[in-house]
Amino acid sequence: MNILVCIKQVPDMEGRFEPNEAGSWFDEVGLAWRMNEYDAFAVEEAVRLKERLGGEARVTALCVGPARVVETLRKALSMGCDDAVHIDDPEAPERDPWQIASMIVGFAAGRGFELVFTGMQSEDRSSAQVGLLVAERLGVTCATGITAFEWRDGAITVEREIEGGRSCTLRLKAPALLTCQQGLNSPRYPTLPNIMKSKRAKLTVLTPESVGLEPPKASSGNFRPHERNAAGVILDGDAVTLAAQVLEILETRTAVLGKGGVR
Amino acid sequence: MKLLLVGEVRDDRLTAETAELSGFAARLDAEVSMVLAGSADALPSFAGRLYLADLETCGEFSSDVHKRLVLDAIEREQPDAVVLLHSSYGWDLAPRLAAAMQSAQVSGVVGLDDGGYVVESCNGKMRRTVRPLTDFAVLTIQPGAFAAAPMAGSPDVIAIEAAPDSAIEFLGCIEPERGIDLSRAGVIVSAGRGVGGADQVELVRALASALGGEVGASRPVVDAGWLERARQVGSSGQSVSPSLYVACGISGAIQHLAGMKGSGFVLAINTDRDAPIASVADLLVVADLAEFLPALTAALEQR
Ligand SMILES: Cc1cc2nc3c(=O)[nH]c(=O)nc-3n(C[C@H](O)[C@H](O)[C@H](O)COP(=O)(O)OP(=O)(O)OC[C@H]3O[C@@H](n4cnc5c(N)ncnc54)[C@H](O)[C@@H]3O)c2cc1C
Ligand SMILES: Nc1ncnc2c1ncn2[C@@H]1O[C@H](COP(=O)(O)O)[C@@H](O)[C@H]1O
Repeated sequence: MNILVCIKQVPDMEGRFEPNEAGSWFDEVGLAWRMNEYDAFAVEEAVRLKERLGGEARVTALCVGPARVVETLRKALSMGCDDAVHIDDPEAPERDPWQIASMIVGFAAGRGFELVFTGMQSEDRSSAQVGLLVAERLGVTCATGITAFEWRDGAITVEREIEGGRSCTLRLKAPALLTCQQGLNSPRYPTLPNIMKSKRAKLTVLTPESVGLEPPKASSGNFRPHERNAAGVILDGDAVTLAAQVLEILETRTAVLGKGGVR
Repeated sequence: MKLLLVGEVRDDRLTAETAELSGFAARLDAEVSMVLAGSADALPSFAGRLYLADLETCGEFSSDVHKRLVLDAIEREQPDAVVLLHSSYGWDLAPRLAAAMQSAQVSGVVGLDDGGYVVESCNGKMRRTVRPLTDFAVLTIQPGAFAAAPMAGSPDVIAIEAAPDSAIEFLGCIEPERGIDLSRAGVIVSAGRGVGGADQVELVRALASALGGEVGASRPVVDAGWLERARQVGSSGQSVSPSLYVACGISGAIQHLAGMKGSGFVLAINTDRDAPIASVADLLVVADLAEFLPALTAALEQR
């Protein structure tokens, strides 16, 4: 059985984001890179299933992106994926979800993946589109935002999160695509031997054209910081001074430290 | 501009957020129609064409059936865009429509910007403007981003149906564990991933106790088992409105903000001064929690 996992490399969100020259997206200078959080759940779930099934399953990790993403593909290998496919696209960061999906579909079509796992959304673009677009275009059933997964001979049971902390239980049949939500599992830390092994592994490298890159459906511009609370105050300094300042502000601006103790 | 709104029913009732779709349409001064899988006994108040399918036959959770319904309404109505909420219903349905229509989709719209749609990026830290390049577009709007428009009038109902067979079988719902009600707490001190580990949650607990408040949490903290699930604040947890909300090592993703933006005074403690929590914080303390929380707790206890 063949399983595909789609992973994206994203910047560490604590980094400093500056718009690029065109203002369409961020400049990559000075950013650190890692696997999209939601995709780590996807990798973990695929590898767990493979381990349960024994020798009969194979997990392929796929990433569309520039040269830097090789590191994230190796991370997926070190977590237990068998093969890594790099669609080497220097312009991937600026492509829209439709284009990314077109390349994933171009690679996956006809390869007989019984299961595809993706993240529910990418942290930098947060479109929550690529997984479903791939599923629809491959013509496979899709459940989004799963927090539990069970496989029994092609029958899939998932829990899908809805609002207010509720979930619903759904059943579907393979071939299927599942988009993974936080809480599905706790991704493993790779062992040192697996990290070493992944460093030597050979990756399959493909060009965007060879997997059928399509034109975009949307454009992006005016990349900018989220505005601060205009009335907000920012303080820094040493902890003890800060504590005294904060206490004073809480005393004057809120009623929670009223006379006679709190409450 | 002509918009087709996709109304949303949860637990047999039109969700309150559906009125936000009308609010969005009003901002664009658009002509609107609506498509809904609902019940003829409880029609939304709304003046315009309503494409109505029977919820019972369609099921609340069969996205493939709902896809066929909306596509039918699009075919009849020929709108410039179809608009859904960016909810578990909407984000699941929208890309299915975009794939079928081979059109642009813009996800999680929070504002309008000179003919484009403003969306969040980088977990809410940044924003950008997205413009569809196709004539038709699918839009999902972030719940809470657009003020609800008063819904009035009675719709022109046009009955529609779709084959009810679905590749997704609905087996039932699981209710969340209850037990801790944060909705009435006057002070909440919440732990985020920035606290760094289960043992560090003690610092948050100590501050909560010095303030006489409750402990809350962001989702990763709950997922990691550092605190009980019932303490989660946010769109998939509880909605709270204390007089004082203290966010400790919480970045301020939109799903977290959705649960706490009704708070009175927001104090955020974060090492990153650009964290999106700054968009709602009345006071942002740029500091390491491990140093600042004990200092604040001590200062409170010495009062
Ligand atoms: C459909 C959906 C529903 C969701 N529902 C919810 C929900 O109900 N509630 C919720 O919370 N999230 C929810 N999320 C997740 C949300 O998108 C974020 O992933 C989550 O809120 C991030 O939690 P966090 O801020 O604790 O962690 P992070 O985003 O990782 O932020 C950690 C913060 O800590 C700071 N920090 C690090 N070290 C220190 C230090 N030593 N001292 C001080 N600060 C430090 C960092 O600068 C950073 O800002 C949902 C997501 C989706 C897709
Ligand atoms: N460049 C990419 N390469 C591989 N998979 C991707 C890429 N971009 C997005 N994905 C997958 O699609 C999911 C949703 O992404 P998005 O639609 O950008 O929010 C991610 O969690 C990944 O699993």
